[in-house]
Amino acid sequence: MKLPSPPRALRRSPPKPGEDERRNGGRDGRNGAPATKPGAKEHAVEGVASVVGWLDERTGTSPFLRGFLYRKVPKGTNWFYTLGSATMFAFLSQAVTGVFLAMYYEPDSSRAYESASRITNEVFLGEFVRGMHRWGSTVMIILIFLHMGRTFFFGAYKYPRELNWIIGVVLIVLTLMMGLTGYLLPFDQRSFWATVVAVNLNASGPIVGPYLADFLRVGSEFGPTTISRFYALHMLAIPGLIAALIGAHLYLVAKLGTTAPPWLKAEKKDLLREEV
Amino acid sequence: MADSPQKFDKKSRYTEGRGIAGAFEGETVTRRRLMEGTALAVGGVATMAFALPGLGFALGPLFEKTNPTRWQDVGAEGDFNDVSYVPRVMNIDPEIGDAGKTTIYVRKFNRDIDKVVEGQDSQPYVVISTRCAHLGCPVRYIQASQKFVCPCHGGVYDSQGKVQGGPPVRPLDRFYTKAVAGRVLVGDRFSLNSQLERFSPRDPSNHLDGLWQYIYPSRPTT
Repeated sequence: MKLPSPPRALRRSPPKPGEDERRNGGRDGRNGAPATKPGAKEHAVEGVASVVGWLDERTGTSPFLRGFLYRKVPKGTNWFYTLGSATMFAFLSQAVTGVFLAMYYEPDSSRAYESASRITNEVFLGEFVRGMHRWGSTVMIILIFLHMGRTFFFGAYKYPRELNWIIGVVLIVLTLMMGLTGYLLPFDQRSFWATVVAVNLNASGPIVGPYLADFLRVGSEFGPTTISRFYALHMLAIPGLIAALIGAHLYLVAKLGTTAPPWLKAEKKDLLREEV
Repeated sequence: MADSPQKFDKKSRYTEGRGIAGAFEGETVTRRRLMEGTALAVGGVATMAFALPGLGFALGPLFEKTNPTRWQDVGAEGDFNDVSYVPRVMNIDPEIGDAGKTTIYVRKFNRDIDKVVEGQDSQPYVVISTRCAHLGCPVRYIQASQKFVCPCHGGVYDSQGKVQGGPPVRPLDRFYTKAVAGRVLVGDRFSLNSQLERFSPRDPSNHLDGLWQYIYPSRPTT
């Protein structure tokens, strides 16, 4: 197998018929000597190629990427199989916009609302980035459930992919936890009371429920450290877990391969009938 | 090692490495095995050294009383009567400003209406918390129908705070009260079961009747 060929802009263009062949600077001059000096473009191409080659030789990236990206996929693979990647890109978008929002947001019960409205009303492109994060969260939840539905209806959770299904379920729960912890952060009336209700929902679990609610609130009442705790969970703990589990999820996808859609019959069916 | 004596059990996992160079006869635990164990143990100790304090730091507030008792003045004794509720605002947690404020309904204790639970001293004032016992939304007292009504999921309570309809699982919480030098002071929250017997404060949605009360224990934070 070979690496994919470089994009057209980086490729040397073959000489047009009738054109002086020596113009195409390099090795095809008389007696193996370069006929003309290589130009800046050739230098740049050589430079990029040698840097890429240097990295590739030391990291083994291309055999890894070949195995990872150029896998054989079953017949009938279709657009439904892109929902997982779509969810991952939604997560990446959330991560990037979230990091930038964190540069302006202040997780303090007296400053949170003002800093969030400052992002929307004053910061350049603030409304756009906050909007991407806010609507992107909904998009990610929709996509992750569509992805789960695809996996379920295609039977892709069956042996040997059960573990990947379990990881996926944990990822869904973590994604919903991202939604829950993020909802408090604008700290307006809606997010405050929604979080009060959500924490009390947690408290309704028998025995551990009230302790879980105490953990989320940092005490028996909604206090000044509640928002810091939600922010830390939303910023660091849960996204870290999600990133790690996405890695495991993708590793298993690459290792186990994908399934054919259920409407495709197995090719060996006729053979089996003959044997009977 | 074809020529090494086969006195020991080859299958023991502790002596797998016996054939390696430098091994001597009679070893019970090989050096390779000991090294593995040591490396794992050191790694484990190092991980626990930061993980356990970190976890304790995050979980600490679960095991301490986070809201100390604060008696708040809500008005003069003359402001309140023993037939109808007077709304007042108190601050559950002054550190979060307006978000810590909550409405309470205050009425003087009335021997004709209010039940005296045997073995529990009654409070001089009946102070009803507006935190719904379903999921914690703020309830409102409707004077005309003499009911507390919750906007979120339709919980309805009578004028005593007992559940009359909807999803709430127990009556509205109340607060400890005392009258000092003509002023009414409001203190800690407490919860009640359907017989209006007093319990330590529970979260909304926690049942306090029958067997249910045992799966919603009293917590160190309250």
